[in-house]
Amino acid sequence: MSLAGETSAVRTAARADAPPLLDVAALRKYFPVRDVWQRQVGWLKALDDVSLFVRKGEILGIVGESGCGKSTLGKTIMGIHPATDGKIVFEGNDITKLRPDKSRALRRRLQYSYQDPGASLDPRWKIRRSLHEPLVIHTELSADAREKRVRAIMRSVGLPETHLDLYPHEISGGQQRRVGLARILTLQPTLVILDEPTSGLDVSVQATVLNLFLDLKKEFGLTYMFISHDLSVVRMICDRVAVMYLGKIVEMGAIESIFSAPKHPYTQSLLAAIPQIGGRKVTDDFWLEGEPPDPTNLPSGCRFRTRCPLAESRCAQSEPPLIEKRPHHADACWLSA
Amino acid sequence: MSDRLLAVDDLTVSFSSDAGRVQVLDHVTFAMSRGEIVGLVGESGSGKTTLARAILGILPANAAHIESGGIRFEGEDLLQADPADIATRVRGRTITFVPQDPFTSFNPVFTIGSQIMELMKWKSPLAPPSSGLSRYARTRRKADRVKVIELLKTVQLPDPEAMLAKYPHEVSGGQRQRLMIAMALMTDPKLIIADEPTTALDVTIQAQILKLLRQLTRERGVSVLFTTHDLGAAHEICDRICVLYAGQEVETAPAGRFFAHPSHPYTRSLLDSLPSREHGIRGIRGEIPALVNPPAGCRFHPRCDRATGECSALRPSETAVGDLHTLRCYHPLSQPEPASAAS
Repeated sequence: MSLAGETSAVRTAARADAPPLLDVAALRKYFPVRDVWQRQVGWLKALDDVSLFVRKGEILGIVGESGCGKSTLGKTIMGIHPATDGKIVFEGNDITKLRPDKSRALRRRLQYSYQDPGASLDPRWKIRRSLHEPLVIHTELSADAREKRVRAIMRSVGLPETHLDLYPHEISGGQQRRVGLARILTLQPTLVILDEPTSGLDVSVQATVLNLFLDLKKEFGLTYMFISHDLSVVRMICDRVAVMYLGKIVEMGAIESIFSAPKHPYTQSLLAAIPQIGGRKVTDDFWLEGEPPDPTNLPSGCRFRTRCPLAESRCAQSEPPLIEKRPHHADACWLSA
Repeated sequence: MSDRLLAVDDLTVSFSSDAGRVQVLDHVTFAMSRGEIVGLVGESGSGKTTLARAILGILPANAAHIESGGIRFEGEDLLQADPADIATRVRGRTITFVPQDPFTSFNPVFTIGSQIMELMKWKSPLAPPSSGLSRYARTRRKADRVKVIELLKTVQLPDPEAMLAKYPHEVSGGQRQRLMIAMALMTDPKLIIADEPTTALDVTIQAQILKLLRQLTRERGVSVLFTTHDLGAAHEICDRICVLYAGQEVETAPAGRFFAHPSHPYTRSLLDSLPSREHGIRGIRGEIPALVNPPAGCRFHPRCDRATGECSALRPSETAVGDLHTLRCYHPLSQPEPASAAS
C-alpha cells in the first residue's frame, strides 16, 4: 500500500538540551474501511503525519473533538494499535516495531490510563487483586513486598487501605479513578498517558482529581500526556497543547500563546465555543457551522476548509504544513500570518 | 403569579432499594413561568433527573413512591389526575422531552421518518385528543408531513426529505440532537423538559445546539426546563437557575444574579470548582452523601464551612434575598461567618 503525502517532521518549540522523553515522528495510523464483502474500499486516516515530542516533567495536552484521533494517538503510542507508519522513540529507544516481549520492559515506564475507570477494573476482583496484577506481570517482587507497595500507593492517591477489600462497584466514580491511577503508579512509570481523565466526573470531584494529578506528578516525577476535550481544564494544568482536527495536528505550542492568540480558525472556534460564566454569551454570536466531514472521505487540501469561514481556493489545492511561525507556536493554516 | 406554568410544591420522592428507602427528593418546591428557560443544576445524584421525570410522570411505578407534594401544570395537579388522561392529553403533547443521549433514543431498525410520523400519528396537534385506535387519515398525514419538513428546516437540518428516509446510524450526534429538538417542538408544547441535552456532544456542537434551542423556544414562547451539571451551559441559555443538592433545592436566582451574587455556600463552592485563572483548582471537601441515610437538616452541612448546630437540626426555610432570588440557608454568604462555625 502506498502512503502518499510528504513527511513534515516539524518541531514546534525549540528543543531543550536534553532529548525529549517521547518523540513521535510522522506517525500514521490508517484503519482499513471494508464493504459488506470484506473487500477493502478505502482508508480511515485516524492519524495522518502526526509529529510531537514530550519533554521530561511537562504536561502536554492533546485536545480536539470526538473522532479527531486523540485517543488513537494515545493508544498507538502505547502499542495497543500498531502504527501504520512513522516512528515512536521513548527514552531513546525506538518502540514502534519492537516485538511484544521486548517492548514489555520498556512499556512498564510508559502507562496508559483508560477513559472509563469503572470499565477497566475487573468487576469480580477486589481492588487489592487489581492493584497486585501489574506487579505480578512486570516485577519479581514477593507477595509481601507487593502488598507493601500497593498500600503505599493507596495512601498516595488518598484512599484508605480498607478500600483494598472492596469491589469496584462499591466505590464512587472519583474513587475508581484513583484506583485506576494507583494501578498505573505501582509500576513507577515515567510517562503516563491520561485519556479523558475527567470526563464523566462532577465539577467538584473533577477539581480534586486534577489536584491529585498535580500532586502525584510532583511526588513521583511524572510526565503526562493529557488527552481531553475540555479546554478549560487543559488550560489550567498543561504546559503545552496540541490541537487535533481529523487526524492532524492543526496547532501546537505553549499553552499561553495558543489560548491568548490562537492562529488556526479551528482553534479559534474551539476556544470561542467555551461558555464564559459572567461574560458574553457564546451562543449570541457563535459562527462555526456544520460538523466535521466523513473521515473516510476527507476534503482535498486543508481538512477544515469545508467549515472554515476564511477558506479560499488555495486551501482546496494543498494541505498546509505545520510550521512554527512564532516562537513556541506552530500552526497549519495557509492564511495565518 | 398569573403567568405561572408549572409549580412543584413540597415534592418528596423516594425509591425502594436493597439498602432501604432512598429519599431522592426531599420537599422540593419550585416554579416556572410561561416562556421561561429554567436551569436545574446539580451534580450527579442530586435528583435533577428524578424531578424531571416526576413532572413528566414517568417515574418507575413499582420502585418510586411520591410521599408528599404536588405538581401543578397550568393549574391542574398532574399527580391527582387520571394517568391515562395525562398520557394522551399532556405527556408528549403539552409537555415534551429532549433526552440526554441522542444515540440511544432512536430505534435503530426503523427510519427516522417512520419514527417521527409515528409520533405525529398520536400526538400531532391536528390529532383529536382521544383518537383511540382510529386510523391515520390521509389528509391529516399529509398536513403533518408538511409540518415535519418545515420543522426540520427550522432546526437547520440539510435536505429534510432525505433525512426522513435515513436510519438513525446514518446521521451524526449533532444532527440526531437537532432531530430530537424538532420532535419536541412538533406537538406545539408549552413546556419542554431537556435532560442534559448537550452532555454527549462536543463543545462546538453544544454551542450550536444551545443557540438553536434558545432561539426556537423564544420564538414560540415555549418554556424549557433544562437540567444540567454544566454551569457554563446553564449560563448560556437560562433565565433563572435552581440548584439542587442531594435532593434538596438550595438556591434559586435569575441567571445574572446567580453568577454574580451566589448566596448559598454550596453554590459558591460549585462555582469555585470550575477551573479558572483566578483561584486555580478548588474542589469541595467530602463527597455527596448516600441518600439511604442522608444527613438531617440541610444535607450540605457535613461539607459546609459555615455549618452550625441548627443546620443539622432542621432544614432552613425558604428566604428571599433579592428579586426572585430565594435560598434555604441559615448562614448565607451575605452575612458574616457564624462565630461558632467549624473552622
